[in-house]
Amino acid sequence: MFKQASRLLSRSVAAASSKSVTTRAFSTELPSTLDSTFVEAWKKVAPNMDPPQTPSAFMKPRPSTPSSIPTKLTVNFVLPYTSELTGKEVDMVIIPASTGQMGVLPGHVPTIAELKPGIMSVHEGTDVKKYFLSSGFAFLHANSVADIIAVEAVPLDHIDPSQVQKGLAEFQQKLASATTDLEKAEAQIGVEVHSAINAALSG
Amino acid sequence: MASNAAVPFWRAAGMTYISYSNICANIVRNCLKEPHKAEALTREKVHFSLSKWADGKPQKPVLRSDTPEV
Repeated sequence: MFKQASRLLSRSVAAASSKSVTTRAFSTELPSTLDSTFVEAWKKVAPNMDPPQTPSAFMKPRPSTPSSIPTKLTVNFVLPYTSELTGKEVDMVIIPASTGQMGVLPGHVPTIAELKPGIMSVHEGTDVKKYFLSSGFAFLHANSVADIIAVEAVPLDHIDPSQVQKGLAEFQQKLASATTDLEKAEAQIGVEVHSAINAALSG
Repeated sequence: MASNAAVPFWRAAGMTYISYSNICANIVRNCLKEPHKAEALTREKVHFSLSKWADGKPQKPVLRSDTPEV
């Protein structure tokens, strides 16, 4: 195990020195964003140590918010195993937030939304693509970029309606016969997801 | 101070968001039509080796895997 440690350390040092200036600098090289009285007091107590850096000293500046609202929304839609949409410019997306279907237009107020199982539709001109999402999050940024992440997303025609009905009946039964809180919760989740898929297929 | 917004039922039952999300994904995967379902089930496979530690040494590792042993 210790052989690994030295290999990992030397690899990270080599990587840092070979990259360009965009690599993260060591804490001694960054400008201090600290209060000067604190720095003075620190130097008196520990003259040989550098004052501590705060997280904000390491952060890259946030992407700027354009002064006029852009005409298109840039969508990044990713799943754990693939990137469905990367930087796609669209007119609108409707996401299944836990508070209801939420329409996102360019210039949307920055929001972090938790998604519930439901349909996400991507509108580009007259073209509408729908996906059923299992759950996830949507990050809407001030510069009209939307990052949507889900664990599973399937186009509606990949779903088998008979399986959905079977699953719904099975979980309703499990809910009726559940004893512990955890079993009840699992069965409840099953019922909710299947109902959402049913609603998606028929709506 | 009163507790914050109502907790979702799964958190009240002791489940974490990760478990909730994985259960939802499994349910969706089970409802797929055939060629897609087979692909999706490969994504559910897990393979890991777990070893507990005692006295600063790892004990015998336990292998948990959905892939059949070669």
